[in-house]
Amino acid sequence: MSTFETIAKLIAETKDLDINNIKPEMSFADLGLDSLDVAELVMNMEDELGVTIEISPSLKTVQDVVALVDEQKK
Amino acid sequence: MRKINNPIHKRKECERMKILSFGHALPKRTVTNAELTQFLDTTDEWIQSHTGIESRYIMTGRETLSGLGAKACKLALEHAGLKPENIDYILCSTTRGEMTFPSTACLIQEKLGATCPCLDVNAGCTGFLYALDVADAMLASGKVKRMLVVCAEQVSRLTDWTDRGTCVLFGDAAGAAVCEAGEGLKSIHLAAEGDAKPLHAWPSGGNSPFDDRIPEEQPLYMNGQEIFKFAVTHSCHDIETVMQDCGLTADAVDYFVLHQANRRILDAARSRLKQPAEKFPVNITTHGNTSSACIPVLLSEMAEDGRLQKGQTLVLSAFGAGLTTGAAVLQY
Repeated sequence: MSTFETIAKLIAETKDLDINNIKPEMSFADLGLDSLDVAELVMNMEDELGVTIEISPSLKTVQDVVALVDEQKK
Repeated sequence: MRKINNPIHKRKECERMKILSFGHALPKRTVTNAELTQFLDTTDEWIQSHTGIESRYIMTGRETLSGLGAKACKLALEHAGLKPENIDYILCSTTRGEMTFPSTACLIQEKLGATCPCLDVNAGCTGFLYALDVADAMLASGKVKRMLVVCAEQVSRLTDWTDRGTCVLFGDAAGAAVCEAGEGLKSIHLAAEGDAKPLHAWPSGGNSPFDDRIPEEQPLYMNGQEIFKFAVTHSCHDIETVMQDCGLTADAVDYFVLHQANRRILDAARSRLKQPAEKFPVNITTHGNTSSACIPVLLSEMAEDGRLQKGQTLVLSAFGAGLTTGAAVLQY
């Protein structure tokens, strides 16, 4: 499973969304995630993917997080 | 986030302290979310959905922190059938004392008419657990027989009331516990990772002509997302650690009494521990986050309405500025 697919699955589970509607370019706001939803999502990603993600204002879209996770996996 | 390597950790063979009774006091003035919308760009809906808070108690003009603390102590003493002269030590947890000095514990002692030694401790919102640990050590040493642990907080006098992200979260309160040597504290786990960045507050400055620092504009700062992450991760880990120490399963615990920082943190911790809502008492809805006073105030209210009974097993957990974190198993 690609990083994007894993993250999309976690977002879908966190917010009870249809995974097919989640696209990389979408922002968290587009997906209806507020700041604490993002924090919860990041925690779930850390558990699932074994990475450490520092939450910053530059994390806006799904792709931003995918890039950060891929960077750490290198 | 750094990993905490050397927490203080006390196992059940070291049981030395028990709590006899609780008392609490709240300011007279209630402030609803609707009132806040009159001077902040926020809504009742936003505050409720992000925090679970509907209203909070706020200190006004003549109310003093020591007055609130002394009232909580008097009630706790009354509930234990004791008098101020029966107390050997007053330990006060506060993040912003009434004055820089004397200590708030001394100011409370004066109002109580007690004569024992007094000391303030500050471990942010984890203050009650840190204070319990100090009390445990003092009682275990035999230096004192009976102590008052009081958490007195006036965060409203510290927050920036133009910052809609933080001032809406906090309230003022005091909660007290009478402690005695005995077999109540079964396990306690404390830790700290010194890092002011995510959560801090500056004191008001003096007027030294030699001091060329630029005063900070924001008295209290909090990075909500980082604290949320820290809170949920550490709370659950701490809770599991102290339960494991005592060979307790979550099902055998009567109540999980957690620091009331945010309803969503409580819900996230609860779902990770897979426990029903009634085992996670809350008062954040009507009190907001009252820093270290949250846990003793909540326990006092539970004792008052009959939910808390002698012999019950409680798991306490808190986190706060420092960053500090702590959890304990307490048999009431």
